[in-house]
Amino acid sequence: MQAILETYSSMLLQALGQTMLLTLLSLLFAFIIGLIFGMMSVSKNRVLNIISVVYVDGIRGIPLIVLAYFIYFGVPKIIQMTVNPGFRMTALVAGTIALSMNAGAYMSEIFRAGIQSVDIGQVEASRSLGLGYARTMQRVVLPQAIRTMIPSIINQFIISLKDTSILSVIGFPELTKAGNIIVGNTFATAETWGIIAVMYLIVIVTLSRIAKLIERRINVGTKR
Amino acid sequence: MLAQNGKLKIHTRNLKKSFGNLEVLKSIDVDIYEGEVVVVLGPSGSGKSTFLRCLNRLEDITSGEVVVDDINISDKKVDINKFRENIGMVFQHFNLFPHMTVLRNITLAPVDLKKMTKSEAQEKGMALLTRVGMETKANAYPPQLSGGQKQRVAIARALAMNPDIMLFDEPTSALDPEMVGEVLAVMKELAAEGMTMVVVTHEIGFAKEVASRVIFMDGGYIVEEGTPDEVFNHPKEARTIDFLNKVL
Repeated sequence: MQAILETYSSMLLQALGQTMLLTLLSLLFAFIIGLIFGMMSVSKNRVLNIISVVYVDGIRGIPLIVLAYFIYFGVPKIIQMTVNPGFRMTALVAGTIALSMNAGAYMSEIFRAGIQSVDIGQVEASRSLGLGYARTMQRVVLPQAIRTMIPSIINQFIISLKDTSILSVIGFPELTKAGNIIVGNTFATAETWGIIAVMYLIVIVTLSRIAKLIERRINVGTKR
Repeated sequence: MLAQNGKLKIHTRNLKKSFGNLEVLKSIDVDIYEGEVVVVLGPSGSGKSTFLRCLNRLEDITSGEVVVDDINISDKKVDINKFRENIGMVFQHFNLFPHMTVLRNITLAPVDLKKMTKSEAQEKGMALLTRVGMETKANAYPPQLSGGQKQRVAIARALAMNPDIMLFDEPTSALDPEMVGEVLAVMKELAAEGMTMVVVTHEIGFAKEVASRVIFMDGGYIVEEGTPDEVFNHPKEARTIDFLNKVL
């Protein structure tokens, strides 16, 4: 175990950094995707509702590993055959797209539930003052929705962080991929996977503790 | 007769409203003039709240004509947000924004809709809070207030846009009995200043004292209307008499 830590510690830390980078990028995009599709799903416009349902159900019905393969191997092929023969996509780009689309679908449901949890009277009060739909969302509904969404967002963050391990299959040098490489070199399966499990555990527990603190901060003042 | 010398503020003709197959308003013709305080009474399910909510189009109008402040709001092309700036509304459940301070609740619309600068809106907000006796709570959050306090803030919020009509949807129905008086007092003051008001309420005392006209609704129709004296002391319709016997 000590030998592995001595030899591979910098590689493991770097891989952990890549895992974090992928998670944060994906979650940022997932937040935006979730906001857009969540708003579409609560809209009164039938067409927007349908687009949102198709996206959410479509993505949720495809395993992340299949989505990652399709984006990393399939999409470049299509682009090479149609518009640009020299097209390449890095594993980071493909991984970020796959994870963002995946988490975005779940985030959309989190947004929808969050928005619907806000009392309709809040919307009516805001609209009766002359504020439009978009302003009402921005000033009245979303700030209240976000509060109720925080536990679900933290949960999605943790799920996405763990899901980055799936992207080792497209060769992205994240933590699980690093584990594969180390095991390939040393055959020290128990030590390596043990170390990696503990690394994930430490990061996830730390992050969820920080997120809980933030949650408590935001709620100050509005609770009785 | 009624105070019909002023300007016509609200005019409905053959107003109908359905929710799916359920016709809630069956044909409402009302004319309300500037400075009138019209109290709408009726049993639950009579359509009185729906009628009120059609006046600022919180409910879509199924058919008929609704003209408020010379604007035909039954016309879908009307800029409804602009129109609503001039119509204040107070709700049964207050609907204050819980994530904002009391003062911010009041300044939100005037500042966001660029009617006032932030400092103007704050000054006006404080003046309104003083008027409803809530100036010491400017920086409190709504969940820290009692029901009566919340409703007084809600009235101040509705007044912040300088509306010329105020709609009240059962403003005291969710209050503990000892808090009803403080809210009615603010409404009486408003009426005395000449505000055009339409009030859906069960407070018969308020209607008798403040209303210039009482409308009694049942089953989606206006059954009877007149001065408080006419409706309360000399009701003509059987349904009105029956209702008054139950509530008085």
